[in-house]
Amino acid sequence: MSNTLNIAGTSYHSRLLVGTGKYKDFTETRAAIDGSGALIVRVGIRGTNFGHSAGEPSLLDYLPPEQFTYLPNTAGCYSADDAVRTLRLARELLDGHKLVKLEVLGDSKTLYPNVIETIAAAKVLVKDGFDVMVYTSDDPIIAKQLEEIGCCAVMPLASLIGSGMGILNPWNLQIIIENAKIPVLVDAGVGSAADAAIAMELGCAGVLMNTAIAAARDPVMMAGAMKKAIEAGRESYLAGRMPKKLYSASPSSPTAGLIA
Amino acid sequence: MQLTINGNPREFEIDILNVYQLVTLLEIKGKRIAIELNGEIVPRGLFETTQLNTGDQLEIVGAVGGG
Repeated sequence: MSNTLNIAGTSYHSRLLVGTGKYKDFTETRAAIDGSGALIVRVGIRGTNFGHSAGEPSLLDYLPPEQFTYLPNTAGCYSADDAVRTLRLARELLDGHKLVKLEVLGDSKTLYPNVIETIAAAKVLVKDGFDVMVYTSDDPIIAKQLEEIGCCAVMPLASLIGSGMGILNPWNLQIIIENAKIPVLVDAGVGSAADAAIAMELGCAGVLMNTAIAAARDPVMMAGAMKKAIEAGRESYLAGRMPKKLYSASPSSPTAGLIA
Repeated sequence: MQLTINGNPREFEIDILNVYQLVTLLEIKGKRIAIELNGEIVPRGLFETTQLNTGDQLEIVGAVGGG
């Protein structure tokens, strides 16, 4: 079984994707991303600064688009139209770049995804030639529909964005993974390295996170921990875990040759 | 002339003829940005030939740190 993450025809040697928000400064952002080993970095698209602040350093100076795969995101969009417009701007900004993350939110308090608007936007974007990695709820039917529309990866939440609550419904995730012919990545809700490892053990193709690293006491150390957790979880999945049973009648040591 | 940029109305004392003049005036010429004029993307190569009129709505965006 290949151990690279394959998305829209490109292979990546890291299964950890990271956001670039909430860091102290760009130096810390870069150090954490280097520590994570992530190759795909999620970025926001926002109104630019003018005048006196126009000369300030930008994210692009610290994360050159030649070295990383940018994943423009529609965070903050609450309608299909806004999400589509944002990603068309991102494509122009990044010289025709096609790989994008679609996220349409339904509620500013919980940041829960609006799957109806998400589906509407996904249809337009796929038709428009984008490679769409789509954030959604952990509903297996919606996940399948997004695949059928032509999204290149489906990214259900583990729990709410920024909550750090971990994987609340591993059973739904398993159903989504079992049904999918495209990569399934957990996006949102991972809080610790253990959560990341569990996601990978469930069979996820990768994990996307931001706050779990950026809001750690030591983000750079946590980035390294996440890298190891993703690798360990993946290997554990590939190795195939022992079956769970209530007790075992077969101890690890031989039953013969005991002292008389 | 009046232009609305990223949702904020701005009054300019001179008439700005095209998008190229606007980005020069805003000191963002050559920066990695993307522009939407009245809902339509203006490709970078068309800044000079895309005329501006008073009342136009523009979105000017860049990539920022985000989750």
